[in-house]
Amino acid sequence: MSAVPASVDHAATAAEYPVLAVRGATKRFGSVVALDDVSIEVRRGEILGLLGDNGAGKSTLTKCISGVHQLDAGAILLDGAPTQIRSPADARFAGIETVYQDLALFDNLTPGQNFFAGRELAGPQWLPRGMRFLQQRRMDAETRVLLANLKVTLPRLDAVVAMMSGGQRQAIAVARSTVFARKVVILDEPTAALGLRESRQVLNLVATLRDQGNAVILITHNMEHVVELADRAVVLRQGRKVGELVPTKDNKQELVSMIVGA
Amino acid sequence: MPEAGNTGTSVGEAAVRAPKKQEAVPGLALGLALLSAGPVVILALLIVVLSFLSPYFLTGRNLSNILAQTAVISVVAMGQHLVILTRGIDLSVGSNVALASVVGALSFHAGAPAFLVIAVMVACGAAVGAINGLFYVFGRLPHPFIITLATLSIAKGLALQLADGRAIPGMPDAIDALGREAVWGLPGSVFVVAGVAAVLFAMAKTMVWGRWIYAVGGRPDAALRMGIPVSWVLVSVYVISGLCAGIGAVILAGRTDAGSPLFGNLLELDTIAAVIIGGASFLGGRGHLGHALIGAIMIGVIRNALNLLNVNVFFQLIVIGVVIVIAVESDVLRNYLEGRVRVMQAGRQS
Repeated sequence: MSAVPASVDHAATAAEYPVLAVRGATKRFGSVVALDDVSIEVRRGEILGLLGDNGAGKSTLTKCISGVHQLDAGAILLDGAPTQIRSPADARFAGIETVYQDLALFDNLTPGQNFFAGRELAGPQWLPRGMRFLQQRRMDAETRVLLANLKVTLPRLDAVVAMMSGGQRQAIAVARSTVFARKVVILDEPTAALGLRESRQVLNLVATLRDQGNAVILITHNMEHVVELADRAVVLRQGRKVGELVPTKDNKQELVSMIVGA
Repeated sequence: MPEAGNTGTSVGEAAVRAPKKQEAVPGLALGLALLSAGPVVILALLIVVLSFLSPYFLTGRNLSNILAQTAVISVVAMGQHLVILTRGIDLSVGSNVALASVVGALSFHAGAPAFLVIAVMVACGAAVGAINGLFYVFGRLPHPFIITLATLSIAKGLALQLADGRAIPGMPDAIDALGREAVWGLPGSVFVVAGVAAVLFAMAKTMVWGRWIYAVGGRPDAALRMGIPVSWVLVSVYVISGLCAGIGAVILAGRTDAGSPLFGNLLELDTIAAVIIGGASFLGGRGHLGHALIGAIMIGVIRNALNLLNVNVFFQLIVIGVVIVIAVESDVLRNYLEGRVRVMQAGRQS
């Protein structure tokens, strides 16, 4: 443990136990078993690739972690403690951030307003949340710092995101997750709709999230990205976990055959 | 569902490379700016043209008249505007004004002092609004159209029942004063409108609640996922809309020195028209209070002008209808142009 580089400091101190563990997750939709006794673990400073064909259960699993669905059986453990996640608000409160495939951006708001949506900086604290007064300058300042840290450049900070390109919107959605992420960040196919250059920018953001000490769950169909970024890969097929390995250039073919079940 | 195509459009954007059309962006931006300034420009043009057409139009007395006549529409339209921001609609406001005015008149005749009569009217309006909001949200109704249509009928019936189908004359002097000239030749009601506008504007602009209204209107599902208490935001806008209807009832009662179950007839259409004509978007999350006020004044100006020019009342309805169509179409056009700008910026970037 003594030869740990400074950048993975977080991982070193917390590596003994996973920050997020899912045990025996089972979820049914009517007679369809979407998840069947799936267990995964992620540690701080680690990227877990979540792989599987369409309908394999990746989205269902992440939606259970982010509070959109509830598990029928099984448990979610945060820092080793069983945690009830009943709503997306619960998940965010517990330190789990999700970048949805549809981005969940507010087209009619500016990037800064999007970052702080639902968690506006406001005061005084003794008022109920909705009646507090917005601290707009603080939010603007933090937005600029955040974007600079992530090396995201946007044409205008006072324009609504409806006017921005696909890559910029994706970057805004990922950047938003970094604002409040304290434990886990889930990214659902963050590069699916992007060109090469824009994909590269988003992948760099994903690496930044990891370096900040988050546990990152990355859902993707792109094997290159898995091999490049993921420390481990879990493969789901028809709602079951069919394999887990450290992805390298050499076992890419093995991963693909696990995914398709051949 | 406009958001359904989100990822789809980004694919398109990334794929579109339009270097030749880049120089067209300033033109588009100009068009967009014109469209968003549209209502103000049209109102200004209208005033200029009308001052040539009728020697009476630009007199202080006539202008004060227009403001007095549009006070009720203005105040209720501001509440309607908040509802429309969240992609909703409040059809009950007209009946709500009638019911509140009748309840106010009855409480006056029961011996209540002026401040209590005002409080009763405003509370009555807010209560109807609360019923709308609570049933819509917690009754899990697919659209507020249905519940506000029901309360339109219920409030109207209740007002007719309570007043026995007739107007009830008599209001406290403090309320009547709103209809009389106060300062600078303007009636007191105009200052009530200005006060409500100032408070609502400040709330929408500076409070977290205001930001949430825009988030809920822009993208309800995302608002839920971001932990915004969507249900309560929705209830709150219907309560405010009802509250504005209660204030509208106070103004109307002051102008006529009466409460009547026939007050507020078709006011729901006038207020919706005002919001849309003023340039707020039916698609939710776009527009500000100024839009509702400008729309209300525009309706007042059009009616007043048609009166001055001796155009018959039936034709007024047609004109207002045509203006609504133009306003809605320009909203659609604005959205289309914004889409074009976005595509071009994406092309320019890559």
